[in-house]
Amino acid sequence: MNKPFAITLDVGSSLANKTGSWRTERPVYVDRLPPCNHACPAGENIQQWLYHAEEGNYEAAWREIMRNNPLPAVMGRACYHPCEGACNRAQLDRPVGIHAIERFLGDEAIRCGWKMPVEAPSSGKNVLVVGAGPSGLSCGYHLTLMGHQATIYEAGPMAGGMMRFGIPKYRLPRDILDAEIRRIEEMGVAIRLDTKVADLAETMRTHPFDAVFLAVGAHLAKRAYLPAGDASRILDAIGLLHNLETGEKPLLGRRVLVYGGGNTAMDAARTAKRLGAEETIVVYRRTRERMPAHDFEVQEAMEEGIMFKWLSTIKAESGGTFTVEKMRLDDKGKPQPTGAFETMEADSLILALGQDVDLSFLTRVEGLEIEDGVVKVGPDMMTGCRGVFAGGDMVPAERTITVAVGHGKKAARNIDAYLRGATYAPPPKHELAAFDKLNPWYYADASPTVQPILDRARRESTFEEVVSGLDESNALFEARRCLSCGNCFECDNCYGVCPDNAVIKLGRGNRFEFNYDYCKGCGLCVQECPCGAIRMEPEQI
Amino acid sequence: MLKQVEGSVAIAESVALCRPEVICAYPITPQTHIVEALSRMVKDGRLHPCEYINVESEFAALSVAIGASACGARAYTATASQGILFMAEAVYNASGLGLPMVMTVGNRAIGAPINIWNDHTDSMALRDAGWIQLYAETNQEAADLHIQAFRLSEAISLPVMVCVDGFILTHAYERVDVPTQEQVDAYLPRYEPRQVLDPAEPVTIGAMVGPEAFMEVRYLAHHRQMEAIGLIPELAAEFHAVFGRDSGGLLHAYRTEDADTVVCALGSVNGTIKDVVDELRDDGVRIGSISLCSFRPFPMAALASAIGTAKRVVTIEKSLSIGIGGNLSHNLRMALQGRGGEVHTVIAGLGGRSITRESLRRVFREAIENRLEPLSFLDLDRGVVERQLERERQVRRSGPAAEAILRDIGAVAARPV
Amino acid sequence: MSGPAQVKFYQTGTFTIGNRLLDVSVRSVQADENRSNSLTSGHRACQGCGEALGARYALDTAMRATGNRIVVANATGCLEVFSTPYPESSWQMPWLHSLFGNAPAVATGMAAAMKVKGRTDVRVIAQGGDGGTVDIGFGCLSGMFERNDDVLYICYDNEAYMNTGVQRSSATPPAARTATTPAVGGEPGNVMHQGKNVPLIAMAHGIPYVATATVADLRDLEYKVDRAMGIHGARYLHVHVPCPLGWGSAPHDTVKVARLAVECGLFPVFEAVDGEVVGRRTIRRRVATDEYLKLQSRFRHLFSPKRDEERLAAIQAIADRNIARFGLLGEGVPA
Ligand SMILES: Cc1cc2nc3c(=O)[nH]c(=O)nc-3n(C[C@H](O)[C@H](O)[C@H](O)COP(=O)(O)OP(=O)(O)OC[C@H]3O[C@@H](n4cnc5c(N)ncnc54)[C@H](O)[C@@H]3O)c2cc1C
Ligand SMILES: Cc1ncc(C[n+]2csc(CCOP(=O)(O)OP(=O)(O)O)c2C)c(N)n1
Ligand code: SF4
Ligand code: SF4
Ligand SMILES: [Mg+2]
Repeated sequence: MNKPFAITLDVGSSLANKTGSWRTERPVYVDRLPPCNHACPAGENIQQWLYHAEEGNYEAAWREIMRNNPLPAVMGRACYHPCEGACNRAQLDRPVGIHAIERFLGDEAIRCGWKMPVEAPSSGKNVLVVGAGPSGLSCGYHLTLMGHQATIYEAGPMAGGMMRFGIPKYRLPRDILDAEIRRIEEMGVAIRLDTKVADLAETMRTHPFDAVFLAVGAHLAKRAYLPAGDASRILDAIGLLHNLETGEKPLLGRRVLVYGGGNTAMDAARTAKRLGAEETIVVYRRTRERMPAHDFEVQEAMEEGIMFKWLSTIKAESGGTFTVEKMRLDDKGKPQPTGAFETMEADSLILALGQDVDLSFLTRVEGLEIEDGVVKVGPDMMTGCRGVFAGGDMVPAERTITVAVGHGKKAARNIDAYLRGATYAPPPKHELAAFDKLNPWYYADASPTVQPILDRARRESTFEEVVSGLDESNALFEARRCLSCGNCFECDNCYGVCPDNAVIKLGRGNRFEFNYDYCKGCGLCVQECPCGAIRMEPEQI
Repeated sequence: MLKQVEGSVAIAESVALCRPEVICAYPITPQTHIVEALSRMVKDGRLHPCEYINVESEFAALSVAIGASACGARAYTATASQGILFMAEAVYNASGLGLPMVMTVGNRAIGAPINIWNDHTDSMALRDAGWIQLYAETNQEAADLHIQAFRLSEAISLPVMVCVDGFILTHAYERVDVPTQEQVDAYLPRYEPRQVLDPAEPVTIGAMVGPEAFMEVRYLAHHRQMEAIGLIPELAAEFHAVFGRDSGGLLHAYRTEDADTVVCALGSVNGTIKDVVDELRDDGVRIGSISLCSFRPFPMAALASAIGTAKRVVTIEKSLSIGIGGNLSHNLRMALQGRGGEVHTVIAGLGGRSITRESLRRVFREAIENRLEPLSFLDLDRGVVERQLERERQVRRSGPAAEAILRDIGAVAARPV
Repeated sequence: MSGPAQVKFYQTGTFTIGNRLLDVSVRSVQADENRSNSLTSGHRACQGCGEALGARYALDTAMRATGNRIVVANATGCLEVFSTPYPESSWQMPWLHSLFGNAPAVATGMAAAMKVKGRTDVRVIAQGGDGGTVDIGFGCLSGMFERNDDVLYICYDNEAYMNTGVQRSSATPPAARTATTPAVGGEPGNVMHQGKNVPLIAMAHGIPYVATATVADLRDLEYKVDRAMGIHGARYLHVHVPCPLGWGSAPHDTVKVARLAVECGLFPVFEAVDGEVVGRRTIRRRVATDEYLKLQSRFRHLFSPKRDEERLAAIQAIADRNIARFGLLGEGVPA
């Protein structure tokens, strides 16, 4: 067409006009640290594995978990999921049921027999791990992935530590635990059962390991001083749970008291109920609000008919009669005796007052320091003795399997560096994707998928798993409730809302790119990004 | 085929023979009979395919034509008087965008005072809007010019106005040779747009143009009209070859060969002028006349050569450029540049005032006898004017002039004082 | 049926532009890597211009719906000026700018041309700002409606004559400051009027389809354009497009401001078929009109130096009336 001069123009010719020169600020894509990841003691990249799970790519999701945690099926059940406490979605409706999805993925892996290949070439280094609890297993697993030979010495007859001898099976079925431990073993982690390290210095002398990781947990039950007529009526929770696991069924009687307010007390009480006690009463010196046990465990215990006696301490026992002193809380929230007493009848008392670490095997280890009954470690998890690292319940930290697993991983990384004569430098942490970085408008309202709860009657009398899992469609639904805080999930908003078409879509999985030739720097994309994955930065002029 | 028909019908029929594809119009006297006839032809299927759009204003009418033309359709509209002013913005726009189309203007005065009768104030108001303006002398020519207009418009990609005197031509029954479809088809090819909105080859039409290119755009429009000066006679000659008659062209010169005095005018008044020329010739006066068909482009060379060596030119003009006088004479002086000779502007026939042979003969004589003012008003009733001026001098609120004048001349009953 | 199909997808539902997890068939046109970008980069709209955004949203959808067979008539205004300064055009489809007030009539001519040429596959769209639509082009618009010409007219309502420097139009909201309703004197800003509700007037013509839409709800907008393109005859779409310059809002808040206009009830989003309202987009998270007004400096005089309680209440009352009139409260939204 012989177009009239100036009046008639070629289409799309404005591409010659680079409006990018108008900009004083430029948008940049960032990855912010999701609060769930931030809160996960095992350092899982939760948001990333949810991203895969959202797509129904469960194996990729599971493999993402396995980068940090070798026990997803266990963790999905027994982890106290601090991630969910931090989850931004809680500010919209309810947190994402991260643990439930993790459990689903862990179970899928077991069902499908997914394995972790060891790709690193063998380093020829040998590392001794003491204790096959979560911390020791985690460390062994990670060391193996890095090409080192890990050998675990375990005192007990079975691996798993408190996962097996503490956590009751109605919360953590043993076939699940076994399957995940077996998978670790199959990768090449050697576990020597019934091999107690009695004197570490000696073991290190006789067995030349290149490094050592200690993870013996805290197994010595704390005992309260209690004048008792019949000591046989009084047992400790750890012993009870341990015995149960090895096949002994203790006779507790009709009416059982549990003394303590932590999770162990809850487990003991609920176990007692399952062992046939008609009445189980938890005696605790403070109030429900001040109980260290997690709320959901208290809730579940109450639903099962466990009773609670608050603000009470047990002073003495005689012939099945327990003397109890009433307490009151002072202004600091500490329980103070009131001098008022009452009595309670019971067939037995279970003490759940916490555990101490058995440190006797460490006495001759040079340089190793002990403080407040636990082993001191540096930020690299190394004890005062070079080449000897420690983690889990035996070092100062919160005592959970997740912390233990995290310690195992962290120790493994530092051991790896140590073995190479280097030091491990953790990658810099991204800025936190706090709720104020999000644009919550875009997220659909959806209630959480409540894990169907087995009916009470069944749960009280058996050790069957109490909380059953998500099925496939539920898990997908739940994963998709994730807001993807701080990390692009390819919702196309930036691509759509740019009035200048200055966002280039790179195709599924490849996110987007800015076309700074045309971006005028209005910041609409930043404002309308649901998850806070874009930031404005001043233009360098 | 020779027919005794109303001018409007003749125009409508020849427009229809041009196979317009979109017709859009808003009624205004004296254009109504043209569009009514066309609407009937579309409605009864005689004119097919064609879309007839009853629009809500002249502004819309021309806008519809703009849209249709830009999409490659042959578009036609007609208007007059107030209507052309109402569409003024679009008039400039159509030509500015270089969109071919044909518009009949049934020439009529412009209010206030509102007046439905013939003069040229309306088309003159838009003479600089970039359109080609052709003026028809007779109904035959009116009909024929439309055929040529489509051809011309599409050839040079500019809109064309065919100006036809209201009532005098539009409502007059005369014998008109309405051509056959075959003849018109042979003369007027399918419309091949220079630019067209087509999804297959998208373009942006109607850009905003700043000082950097606006002059050039305007110059090019002028240049195209200058080219049309060459094309218009060619098309008239071709028309003659196909239809066997002279119609259109830049101008028609009548007995100007040895004339001392040349009268120049637009449109139907040329018929009367020619009669007077004949009468004066019979008396031995060397006078001739020129009927200017193409006012835009203004054919200076052709005009100069038709005027030849005449000593004076008298323009009979049906529009008053208030504050100076004549539009035609003003333009015509350009054609006479550097050659001397007087130009007398005679404003005549405003608002439908009849232009009589007697009056024309009188002014021509005055001109020849060098008694004619440079600017004069044919048959102006001085008495009426003086009386009104006197009234205004005496009373500030002298009331509406038009009514007072009508009272003066007895057209309405005097108000009891 | 009314409204876009709700995607039962719990991450972002139907609210985001797209989502990698959605099946391609249910993604928005804007999510498509190969969308037409009908209004392409390099245009000279201000940063964060809602009109530029709205126009691309609408026309990309129309392009998709017709297999790129559209022609567009554009009224004078920002959209025209920022898209086609010689020698560059940002448009990708056949496009014509004629005048400020005649876009509907130009489009009628285009539609007539297409019809007579048997090219009914080519669909005609006319578009303009609120000034070009509800004021100067209103006569042509009404004529086009009344004849039921086969044209989709899209009004990009930024509530004033922006191109000429933010003067009042009859779509300017009550109390708003513009260059011709300055915030001075006893009653600063625009008169407290009901305005000219052109969607309702369009409905009164009984044309087959009338809808309002907003750049804050892309899917709804696309659904409406798509639906409109499936209908022949005169159709009208009125799109609310914030103008950072004229409204005194932050360029990055364009979508947010548009969203609040809907959520407070001042801009009802609905659709009507044959003159009857058949669907409305209910409010999801209701806010007070103050929340909307506060983001825009054209309303600053209502808040400082002191709150103009009377006029703020009057504006809230307009929103409340819209809410009642169009039934904008869905289930579960607190009144
Ligand atoms: C009843 C109960 C319930 C709990 N429930 C939860 C829960 O739901 N969620 C949660 O996150 N945490 C829970 N915990 C805490 C959690 O189990 C521990 O924090 C975690 O197991 C600590 O891991 P670890 O590897 O450090 O030690 P452990 O798990 O205690 O493992 C230590 C291992 O070392 C072995 N060992 C000890 N000494 C030696 C030695 N000298 N030589 C060789 N081997 C040795 C032990 O036999 C044991 O197998 C619970 C604890 C209890 C007591
Ligand atoms: C007949 C006419 N009158 C006035 C103008 C000046 N003018 C051009 S654009 C415009 C304002 C456009 O306002 P609107 O239609 O709302 O579009 P916006 O620029 O706000 O997008 C005005 C008044 C004009 N071009 N033509
Ligand atoms: S919404 Fe997703 S990414 Fe954000 S905190 Fe919750 S689980 Fe993590
Ligand atoms: S003045 Fe307003 S409508 Fe015009 S380009 Fe700027 S932001 Fe867009
Ligand atoms: Mg506007």
